[in-house]
Amino acid sequence: MPNIILIGINHKTAPVALREKLSFSEEETLAALEILKQHPGIREILIFSTCNRTEILYVATRSGTVDALITFLSGCKQVSPSEFVPALYILRKDEAIRHLFRVASSLDSMMVGEPQILGQIKQAYRMAVKAGTSRVLLNRMMHKSFSVAKKVRKETGIGDNAVSISYAAIELANKIFSDLSTKTVMLLGAGEMAELAVDHLISHDVRQIRVSNRTFENAVSLAERFNGRALGFEERVNALTDVDIIISSTGAAEYVITADQVRKAMKKRKYRTLFFIDIAVPRDIDPKINELSNVYVYDIDDLKTVVSSNIQQREQETVKAERFVSEAVIKFRQWLDSLAIVPTIKALNDKMTAIVDMECDKTLSHLSHLPEPDKDAIRRMTQAIASRVMHDPIMFLKHTGGHRDDSLYLNVARQLFNLDMLENQ
Amino acid sequence: MAIQTGNTLLQIAFLFYVSSLAGYLLFLVRQKEQIQKISFYLIAIGVGVHFAGIAVLGVAIRSLPVQNLVQNLSMAALAFGVMFLYVRYKFNLKMLGLFTAMILSVTMLAALLLPDTQAPPNEALKGIWFYCHIILIFAGDATLGLACGAGILYLLQEKGIKDRNPGFFFKRLPSLDFLDTVSHACITTGFFLLTLGLVTGFVYAKVLWGKFWSWDFKELFSMGAWLVYAVLLHLRLYAGWRGRKSAIMTIVGFGIIVFTFLGVNLVLGGHHQEFTK
Repeated sequence: MPNIILIGINHKTAPVALREKLSFSEEETLAALEILKQHPGIREILIFSTCNRTEILYVATRSGTVDALITFLSGCKQVSPSEFVPALYILRKDEAIRHLFRVASSLDSMMVGEPQILGQIKQAYRMAVKAGTSRVLLNRMMHKSFSVAKKVRKETGIGDNAVSISYAAIELANKIFSDLSTKTVMLLGAGEMAELAVDHLISHDVRQIRVSNRTFENAVSLAERFNGRALGFEERVNALTDVDIIISSTGAAEYVITADQVRKAMKKRKYRTLFFIDIAVPRDIDPKINELSNVYVYDIDDLKTVVSSNIQQREQETVKAERFVSEAVIKFRQWLDSLAIVPTIKALNDKMTAIVDMECDKTLSHLSHLPEPDKDAIRRMTQAIASRVMHDPIMFLKHTGGHRDDSLYLNVARQLFNLDMLENQ
Repeated sequence: MAIQTGNTLLQIAFLFYVSSLAGYLLFLVRQKEQIQKISFYLIAIGVGVHFAGIAVLGVAIRSLPVQNLVQNLSMAALAFGVMFLYVRYKFNLKMLGLFTAMILSVTMLAALLLPDTQAPPNEALKGIWFYCHIILIFAGDATLGLACGAGILYLLQEKGIKDRNPGFFFKRLPSLDFLDTVSHACITTGFFLLTLGLVTGFVYAKVLWGKFWSWDFKELFSMGAWLVYAVLLHLRLYAGWRGRKSAIMTIVGFGIIVFTFLGVNLVLGGHHQEFTK
């Protein structure tokens, strides 16, 4: 029985600092796949790395592969195992399959229902195919995960809802501004959530990014990451004239933007709309600013209200999506079980017997002059032919072990004799 | 006979408007794109039938059918429908259809219920300047009415966002920017048409009575409405009056227009009086 294993860390188990350390770029992924496919205990393998997770999905043929992969990760990423092993989850068999399907369907995302994840998984799969490390099991499993994800997207509403704070902010921005690609965003301070919001704005075509931070160096490095421009912290007030969306998450104890500053800025910008997203606790943006015309201020609690108005519907949709995932896991499990030797041989024999019986009956019904013993003899003979024909293929399938990929041959046999008819329908 | 045919066509147009209104209300609740499309086509067909009806009436009386209040209402509704089709073609603002269907249904209902007294043919209500004056004024007023519609939609959407409580309309309406753009485009177009309408009116008055301006109430209120929009456009350009303030002004402005159209005749009198008995 092939052993499907998934190990990884994600946003639930590891902080961003650790996730960053263990993330793989495309080149790194390809290089790692090249090394790992030499490992005798690993038959198929795929590495999946986004900003929220790094996961390795593989088919093991012997025990001890998890430790080997931990050593590999630690060596390859220069992180000591004690640092990341506590955050690591190790899932086997059905749990691994379910996890993959949930990830692909965006049920395991930081923002449940966000659509980018499927594209990222497809990309990871493409790299595994390129490296030649995805074969029968992973091929089928990945394709199944794509179809589940599509089904979830199409038949449940989880993709439509603003299911996270950052998505709620973008949804609001989209209801305030008609074309985000012409707007400028200023990020005040830094922080995981604020950066996530900026990431999402960028994926919604926002191109102009300004970053202002008390520590100018941080502003510069963040600006570099977002392809934007760094501003000194004192410049933030003047920048109010030019930017359209301000995302703030500084650690300041008092307001970093006051109503008076905004009032002056609004005059200068001819009352073009300003949108403040205040993620900081305590707040950065004076809530009085919301009273000015054409200015909108949302703090973290306001965004949560926006999200929670969608939550009930989301929960229903999630239940539905989880059901799709469970169905897919069961189906995949059935296919996986059928890929074992005994059921395949049984299916082969059943099919041959059925064909022989049918043909015999057809022929013998026209030969009514033959006495019963002769008919029996003919029946026995046809059965014997079928058994002899099937003998070598069955012996070949039975001859397991060694370095051979059994699932590959079993899959070929099942396709050659069309044994999966029912499953494919 | 021809008048009878014309009136029947107007009744059919009314039925289209009312079914479109029902469609748009259903769309408001259900948000099915198909319903929205059908409702839009219903309005479009209604406008076509309405146009045919007015054309038949016009041929029958050998003039623009704006001889009494009923005909004026019907003409105003047609202008509103035509301008809506134009604005809807330029901007994909679906909910403007709901506003239009409401206005058209109510106006046509009034036109069908009020007694259609046949005014004696008035030779004063003819001539190129008169036709231009009427068509431009009606088209301008209709466009400013659509600006008011977009302004109302803006205020609905803005209230939800400002109160940090996006509710029923949040998903159903487009962005504030877009609503403001549509409203502004309607104001500029409507203001332009209204200006031309007033100018042709002055010329027509000069031809008919020998003077451009006669301190008639309707003239005064028309100038008042024109000034509101002129000030609004000016403030938008130089003082950044956009968004909420602009939306409120479009509603005030259109209020004055409606009063100019109906109220002045009914309440104050003046030389436009005889046109809308």
